[in-house]
Amino acid sequence: MFALTDYLLHIEGEPLPRDVDAKTVRDLLASGIACRAPVTGAIYGTLLNDRYALDALDDALHEKPYLAPPRAPILYLKPRNTLAGHHARVAVPSADGVQIGASLGIVIGRTATRVTERNAFDYIAGYTLVADLCVPHSSVYRPSVRFRARDNFCVVGPIVAARRHVADPDQLQISIDVEGRPAFTANTSHSIRGVARLLTDVTDFMTLSAGDVITLGAPFNAPVVHAGEHATLCVGELPPLQITFVAPHAEQGAA
Amino acid sequence: MRGRVAYAGAIHEATPEGDRVRLADGRVRNEHEVVWLTPFEPGTIFALGLNYAEHAKELQFSKQEEPLVFLKGPGSVIGHRGATRRPADVAFMHYECELAVVIGRTAQGVSRADAMQYVAGYTIANDYAIRDYLENYYRPNLRVKNRDGGTVLGPWFVDAADVPNVNALELRTYVNGELKQRGNTRDLVTGIAELIEYLSSFMTLAPGDVILTGTPDGIVNVNVGDEVTCEIDGLGRLVNTIASDAEFGRS
Repeated sequence: MFALTDYLLHIEGEPLPRDVDAKTVRDLLASGIACRAPVTGAIYGTLLNDRYALDALDDALHEKPYLAPPRAPILYLKPRNTLAGHHARVAVPSADGVQIGASLGIVIGRTATRVTERNAFDYIAGYTLVADLCVPHSSVYRPSVRFRARDNFCVVGPIVAARRHVADPDQLQISIDVEGRPAFTANTSHSIRGVARLLTDVTDFMTLSAGDVITLGAPFNAPVVHAGEHATLCVGELPPLQITFVAPHAEQGAA
Repeated sequence: MRGRVAYAGAIHEATPEGDRVRLADGRVRNEHEVVWLTPFEPGTIFALGLNYAEHAKELQFSKQEEPLVFLKGPGSVIGHRGATRRPADVAFMHYECELAVVIGRTAQGVSRADAMQYVAGYTIANDYAIRDYLENYYRPNLRVKNRDGGTVLGPWFVDAADVPNVNALELRTYVNGELKQRGNTRDLVTGIAELIEYLSSFMTLAPGDVILTGTPDGIVNVNVGDEVTCEIDGLGRLVNTIASDAEFGRS
């Protein structure tokens, strides 16, 4: 079971997460605390769930190597070494930079196997913000695992908000500021599969367990950042997630 | 050599006792009296595509620039003597017998010369795939490779020290007792040490992480009711049964 009452956050240096009210979260975050990821289960990323991303591929969907548009949800794992939290310092491996996929993270509350669209929300404990990072790559045919599985390439948080705090997860504004300037906006309403449909289609062939996270998917045209830059991600009313990008071999992890 | 089994309301470490199993508390039971869990709780699960030269040829792949690694989730994993569902609407579901390498120490930027020091031990993996569901996005897509019950691990975890030459182990798969697949770890395209060097060059590996090193040629379709046995020299025999939709309450 993965349960929370209000807002779950795991302050760096504390042994366990805290479940606190909105005002406490605001005060704690305003004091500049760094956090660990507020989740510990498996994290699955969802790809090409944005209409614009599929539209952009256009004719390529029918050509080599893809040959046909996707049918089932396209997913990948973000392994445990990628997990990081609020105020993470993430190494940028090269001058190609790092692409920031800002996604709604759906946090599973109990074993979800073959859930129906109608009941899907019963299986959700809450929502979080996932900065799904990757080295930019154009092909989605068989990309190398080194693009997405690098240390600290999945920054989650700062908090998990209980499900009841997010009225409609399929109508959330997404924004990314880089160096304090607006760099990107999107909306979860552009998703091909909404939250409930995604859970239905995924849990038809794989079980999601309590504490697991599945992203609704990074929006199309996600921005690329470079070493030395700082990004702030927002999804709906969830508290913003802060990340600092540093040169390789600089000190990584928590601030 | 040790396994993990459920018996009489608890989970136990188990060791072989002839063709029976000895629980850590001293009880000795028949293999069928216990429920076999994976011999350890896996961390990150890496799997290799096309890592035996002949199998790559079988699937018509040309030379690769870097190892074809994909990741699998913990929910797909089951133990020895488990059942894996074969959906009624598919034409080609196949096993993949693989040597599974278990990491024993945190590994970051490890050279291939030192890599074997980071291996805790080995087990057998049967990494099922359903070709019908293959799509050309983020191959192999999870609907093919991350299905519930699709990653079979066990029966034993075998200490690295107890495997004298891991680069000369024969792998065999039997379907209903008939030998269908045979290969040898000496034919790995990218060897164990090189895989650890490669992965640890861009990510940190941790104890319990496991690398499924790929399968040789000789994959065939399996059907409901088939018993699939994967065998590797010195590691034991991993048995699995193919189950129907009906057994899982699907019509």
